[in-house]
Amino acid sequence: MTIHQSIPGEDTKPAYNYAYLDEQTKRMIRRALLKAVAVPGYQVPFGSREMPLARGWGTGGIQITAAIIGPDDKLKVIDQGADDTTNAVSIRRFFERTADATTTEMTEDATIIQTRHRIPEAPLTSGQIMVYQVPQPEPLRKLEPRELETRKMHAWAEYGLMQVKLYENIARFGEVTTTYDYPVSVNGRYVMAPSPIPKFDNPKMHMSPSLQLFGAGREKRIYAVPPHTSVRSLDFEDHPFRIQSWAEPCGLCGAKDSYLDEVVTDDQGGRMFVCSDSHYCETRREQGHRGTMLADASASGLVEAKS
Amino acid sequence: MQSENLISPGFADPVFQSQAAFRALLTALSEPGLIQQVAPGFAAPEGLEPATAIALLTLADYETPIWLPAALRDGPAGAWLRFHCGAALVEEPAQASFAVIDGAAEAPLLADFNPGTDQFPDRSTTVLVQCAGLAGGDIVTLSGPGIAGSRDIAPIGLRPGFWAEFSANAELYPLGVDLILSQGEAVLGLPRSTQIVEVR
Repeated sequence: MTIHQSIPGEDTKPAYNYAYLDEQTKRMIRRALLKAVAVPGYQVPFGSREMPLARGWGTGGIQITAAIIGPDDKLKVIDQGADDTTNAVSIRRFFERTADATTTEMTEDATIIQTRHRIPEAPLTSGQIMVYQVPQPEPLRKLEPRELETRKMHAWAEYGLMQVKLYENIARFGEVTTTYDYPVSVNGRYVMAPSPIPKFDNPKMHMSPSLQLFGAGREKRIYAVPPHTSVRSLDFEDHPFRIQSWAEPCGLCGAKDSYLDEVVTDDQGGRMFVCSDSHYCETRREQGHRGTMLADASASGLVEAKS
Repeated sequence: MQSENLISPGFADPVFQSQAAFRALLTALSEPGLIQQVAPGFAAPEGLEPATAIALLTLADYETPIWLPAALRDGPAGAWLRFHCGAALVEEPAQASFAVIDGAAEAPLLADFNPGTDQFPDRSTTVLVQCAGLAGGDIVTLSGPGIAGSRDIAPIGLRPGFWAEFSANAELYPLGVDLILSQGEAVLGLPRSTQIVEVR
């Protein structure tokens, strides 16, 4: 077995196998992944392992990434769209330390993109693998708490309860109020939780050229959507599925087509909207797009001007 | 000791060889009909194609019973799998997690393997079908998840009625066995979700 020992000067630390997991665990996860790919949207139970961070912090996604990553891969990790938030930074560092992983923030360059709750704005390409961190893989759980029952509901494709829930939303509020983790039907068979991505991202899953893998570490489930697979957001003929829209573009890069986060800027009711996908926003600013609230740090003397 | 009794080696570098092989298998099953190559130069035991041997070495262990044709089970291939994977070799096709069949042999039928249960369709058998070639035969048009539009494949060395069996297997969806066709160092995935549009 190849022992991973490239932590310089830390010879006393335990040496881990490449990508942290032992080979038997990887085989178990790999078998689950192959079955998940063969039955799109079906949740395959797997023996989720204790990881060196708490369950609920992306252990499902980390275990999938650890089982698939190799020396040729380039890994991008995003947390709510951003490359520079705590979860993303620590997971990236985890794979840099345990798997010598090459990491990147460029969506186009990455071969594996592990994500918490967003799909990048830049279109994904064939050959890329999306790895989603999933807190609750069971879309029916809030409607039916018993696993024995939800398993039967999936087995017999009894999804009336989900339609009733959406209908009750419409009856009470005039529209479906679910804005994230919006249930989808995969390959016309299984209803699947797309993980807590905003419903804005749901259409990107439909017929995506990239392979999409979902890992729920605490709930011990793996599921997948192969490339070019139909992913339909549940709706009604007279209340078709709609994604979020904003009245104003991104305050920094002026993008009108990206998912925007609302940022409170003062206690006077001031707020701005910025792209949640940090790489997308930066790329647009480098291309010269400027939003109305983009300050020029060098003009205000905060940093030295770029030569 | 006679050399024919020796068990030939497995992976020289299990971590990276199995990772590379798994990625080929993952692509094969997520994009059905696309031929994927595993690493060249692997010396498989007699009766197993190199790609079959690599796939089993990558995926099988003590948790996964394997079904082999009797001739292989009692030969060097059986000993090799017992030693390297620690897997049990079963006689009943329906008990197997993985199975190796000769594409041209008349038995066992795909329907003899475990298609999973309605609540656990993932417990089905993955069948490695060793065939004479992955190109040059009758053209079979596929559609389904993983395929943009349709995709043509043309494997050779499959028994008459194989595609009818495969269609019957796809009818069971979400139950059914998943196939990996293998020849030499190439594999081609045919999961249960794949539909056959036509055979020419």
